Amino acid sequence: MEKTINIKLRVWRQAGPKAKGRFETYELKNISTDSSFLEMMDILNEQLISEGKEPVAFDHDCREGICGMCSLYINGRPHGPDDRVTTCQLHMRKFKDGETITVEPWRSAGFPIIKDLIVDRSAFDKIIAAGGYISVSTGGVPDANAIPIPKEAADEAMDAASCIGCGACVAACKNGSAMLFVSAKVSHLALLPQGRVEAARRARNMVAKMDELGFGNCTNTGACEVECPKGISLANIARLNREFLKAKLKE
Amino acid sequence: MSSTLGSSIGKKLLMSISGLFLILFLVVHLTVNSFLLVPDGGDLFNAGAHFMATNPAVRVIEPLLALGFIIHILYGVKLTLENRRARGPERYASGKKTQGVSWASQNMLVLGITVAAFLVLHIANFWVKMKITGDPRLEHTTIEIGGVPTQVENAYALVNTTFSYLWIVVVYVIGAVGLAIHLSHGFWSAFQTIGFSNQLWRKRLTILGNIFAWIIGVGFSSIAILQYLFYQPN
Repeated sequence: MEKTINIKLRVWRQAGPKAKGRFETYELKNISTDSSFLEMMDILNEQLISEGKEPVAFDHDCREGICGMCSLYINGRPHGPDDRVTTCQLHMRKFKDGETITVEPWRSAGFPIIKDLIVDRSAFDKIIAAGGYISVSTGGVPDANAIPIPKEAADEAMDAASCIGCGACVAACKNGSAMLFVSAKVSHLALLPQGRVEAARRARNMVAKMDELGFGNCTNTGACEVECPKGISLANIARLNREFLKAKLKE
Repeated sequence: MSSTLGSSIGKKLLMSISGLFLILFLVVHLTVNSFLLVPDGGDLFNAGAHFMATNPAVRVIEPLLALGFIIHILYGVKLTLENRRARGPERYASGKKTQGVSWASQNMLVLGITVAAFLVLHIANFWVKMKITGDPRLEHTTIEIGGVPTQVENAYALVNTTFSYLWIVVVYVIGAVGLAIHLSHGFWSAFQTIGFSNQLWRKRLTILGNIFAWIIGVGFSSIAILQYLFYQPN
């Protein structure tokens, strides 16, 4: 039996990066509780287009929680009221009939607004470009399991690698800090032998880039970890601190 | 080196190291204060105070301690200002509903200001009188140290009289509770910043930090309260 709800949406509208933004309120009727939050946003945009109004701009891509493209700060939380999901995995059954839902963009100096709910997260790409890779000489394909790696290290590296770079950590942080993201990217390589080769340089360069791009200083509140759709652990931040300080001592 | 301490992690390292140094100071301070509860008319406390005032090691550590305070306060303010800027001018209209984030961790500056405000009164009450202006209540008294009669300042009399005022005791309790809440985040956070933490140690350090914070908070405030209630000369 399909259940439907009527909702009011308070959505941040902003014509461009420099334009002054404001909240607009829209009413939506008969939204299936089985639909995802982004499907609901699609319905809103269909409605706006049919009324001859400009649709709401928001980021989305894979819609299965792995690309890191969707964002949205919904009712006081990045990715909305559910835990360990991205906005595209959030369902309308998490909302009540008649509820007013406030939808805002990520707010952080490091993520300037492009339009409406879309923010510029290219700062994350710049941080990755500063060292979030390993250098491999081309040649024959090496054997898959030629280098022995402890199970624990492989598991922890995999957990860190599950970061999709959505930016919820920055959006949740009272300091606008990107430490959880950077620590995940440093950790998943630092834990593996292939990543050790460039570990010191990577930690130095990625932290320097993060600072340069205007992200804040981590004060270990842990809000990032709570809101991370992938459950990236604060232990990664301790590892990043370790990697960075060790790298600086070696200089 | 300058690029290290100028980086975000470097600035946090300074907060961490200075914070841990101040934590050590608190342990020594509370230990000496606990002598106030020995009902010997203040002889043990005076001996302790005399040792702290004359020990050459303490003379070296005292300016270091002042430096620790200054670094911790200045960098605390600097980091907070930078973080406000990094956060951007806009706030979320729907507020922050993230669960499971400790209040202390989000209000370290406010708690720090509480402690610093208390510190001003505390320094005026004791340090200024003991080190600079002097006070009639500090008049010399003779106690036995290791069987040798020694003339020492009667620090106990000054402390005892100061804690005869209810308002001072109230301010001290507020300061100590503020300090305890500050430490309930600061202790584990200091270890996290130097990189001494992981999934397992985070739990241990948080529990240890909370226990330590409340030993300090309850310790300092109970000494002031007990002095007010039970140690006043009739």
